[in-house]
Amino acid sequence: MATREVISTGNQLAAIAAVDAGCKFFGGYPITPSSEVMHEISDLLPKIGGTAIQMEDEIAGICATIGAAMAGDRALTATSGPGVSLKAENLGLAQMAEVPLVLVNVMRGGPSTGLPTRVSQGDILQSKNPSHGDYKSITLCAGSLAECYTETVRAFNLADRFMQPVIVLLDETIGHMHGKADLPTIEEVQAGIVPRKKFEGPAEEYFPYECGPTEPAVLNPMFEGYRYHFTGLHHDKNGFPTEEIETCRKLIQRLEDKVAMHEDEVESYEEFMMDDAEIMIVAYGSVSLAAKESIRHLRKDGIKAGLFRPITIWPSPAEKIKEYTDKIEKVLVVELNIGQFHSEVQRAASRLDIEGLFKVNGRPISPYEIVNKVKEL
Amino acid sequence: MAFNYDKYLRLEKMPTLWCWGCGDGVILKAFVRAIEKMGINQNDVCVVSGIGCSGRFSSYVDFNTIHTTHGRTVAYATGVKLARPDKLVICVAGDGDALAIGGNHTIHGCRRNIDMTMIIINNFIYGLTNSQTSPTTPKGMWTVSQKAGNIDPTFDTCDLAIASGASFVARESMLDPKKLEKALIKAMEHKGFSMMEVLSNCHINLGRKNKMVSAMENLEWIDSITVPKKKYDAMTPEEQLNLLPTGIIKQDTEADEYCDMYAEIQKAQQGLRKPISQDDFAKKI
Repeated sequence: MATREVISTGNQLAAIAAVDAGCKFFGGYPITPSSEVMHEISDLLPKIGGTAIQMEDEIAGICATIGAAMAGDRALTATSGPGVSLKAENLGLAQMAEVPLVLVNVMRGGPSTGLPTRVSQGDILQSKNPSHGDYKSITLCAGSLAECYTETVRAFNLADRFMQPVIVLLDETIGHMHGKADLPTIEEVQAGIVPRKKFEGPAEEYFPYECGPTEPAVLNPMFEGYRYHFTGLHHDKNGFPTEEIETCRKLIQRLEDKVAMHEDEVESYEEFMMDDAEIMIVAYGSVSLAAKESIRHLRKDGIKAGLFRPITIWPSPAEKIKEYTDKIEKVLVVELNIGQFHSEVQRAASRLDIEGLFKVNGRPISPYEIVNKVKEL
Repeated sequence: MAFNYDKYLRLEKMPTLWCWGCGDGVILKAFVRAIEKMGINQNDVCVVSGIGCSGRFSSYVDFNTIHTTHGRTVAYATGVKLARPDKLVICVAGDGDALAIGGNHTIHGCRRNIDMTMIIINNFIYGLTNSQTSPTTPKGMWTVSQKAGNIDPTFDTCDLAIASGASFVARESMLDPKKLEKALIKAMEHKGFSMMEVLSNCHINLGRKNKMVSAMENLEWIDSITVPKKKYDAMTPEEQLNLLPTGIIKQDTEADEYCDMYAEIQKAQQGLRKPISQDDFAKKI
């Protein structure tokens, strides 16, 4: 597989990835530590005839993004935790109306304004259910510079496959990290683009929300003769508001099942030195880099530690976690929050003795902290 | 020959959920007639509505339609328009929708002067949610959230739009549907952000405790507070005090339109022109 070397930052790589993946629209608002995504893409998109606009607030940023996606474009927005809080209601509309888009969230310390310039992984649970109501989020988490690129590309393809927003989580450390990334070639990325499905028959036979119980809606681009209705209300096969009992139930169940029944298409994780591991560290994002370093040290000391790194955070790779936690006694979740993914590992494992190493002071976890913690187990 | 509305209405959605005697239907019909007269293909029109009684507007008309979240019409429409600048994009919002929860998007849509028409149906009250105070509820009126009388000062929609930079600003009421239709055509044909405030009645929820329990009484009140702009301009400030001028309040055909300006950004980024500088603008600040 041919690759290319690019020297850049995580945030910039996310923007470059979006454009390579066919993104034509960006709507956003300045927020630390994600602004560089906007800076980069506002140069790139006009070059290819696309549009990047700085809107008046975070809410407008996602609304414009959804509008462009409804028109038929691949569309991106980027923000950080406080911005996701503001965008939440309209993320819900995109879930309900099944509008594909990608949201890059570069995590910083929270809650509230928190620690704007410092690292955190405090938005794990937020990314599972940012909006009220029932739906099944897809959240990916980049664990390297290269993944800031590849996961953003994958997010666009998943958004069009499942017809819903897909969140890509970066954190301040990885977003601002500057270095070399081995990326797939543009040709390979473009060959892998799977655009959203389109109905080709006569308009009178087109029902955008009439689909199998585990399938997403088929939403044709606007202005092509297939006139239909988008709404955040419960809706029928044409997209029009309804309160009909069975239609409402089936719709919400389908929003869950279209992802739940196809989790294998979304699942992604990395196993690092797990073959003979007697201690399993679970970490993701920038923390996984420290975890890998700590494992190298631990192995030198004769301690057989390995890393399980979820790349798709939601839906979580619960079955794989269970497989490991059934045979490995000592499991340590390391994350920059107070156990947001730890609780998911406990749930997946059906065990309450999963260990945790947590940090919420805005500073990264160092490899030696992980080494010390593992030695205590 | 009587106008045939069927082509533009989603007949299976009739009757509307609007109350008997509501002005929204009059506005909807005037809008449809305006589109027909402009000769635009239905496929080339996008109608974006928000939340409230006016929010249902989009589901009744047979165009590409979006029923968005509360207050966000202009923000959604901005995405649609920038993605497809050659299409006609219309926002329909209520007074609470456009001026309270969505006020920020409304003023920034005006400021950008992006080519779309915003129809604000102003019935001076939150109708769908049963009579709460809106930013246009007259002072002293009873609302369900201010039963001792509304003390909140009001927005003048058109003044707000002018101050925010909209290049076309007009106000009509639904009392004269023919006049409204003509104003809507002018608003939609205008290139740039056109604000079209349409005063409408809500005798059910504005009128019920404000001595306007019938549509007729409510309409008479609207008639009593509106005056054609020409006549209004000739009045003294004292005479103008509790009146709203109708007609075209502002029309600037020279103002830079946002999609056109963005095309210049694209050219600059593609090396087809120099970067945009202050020299490109007569009015810089």
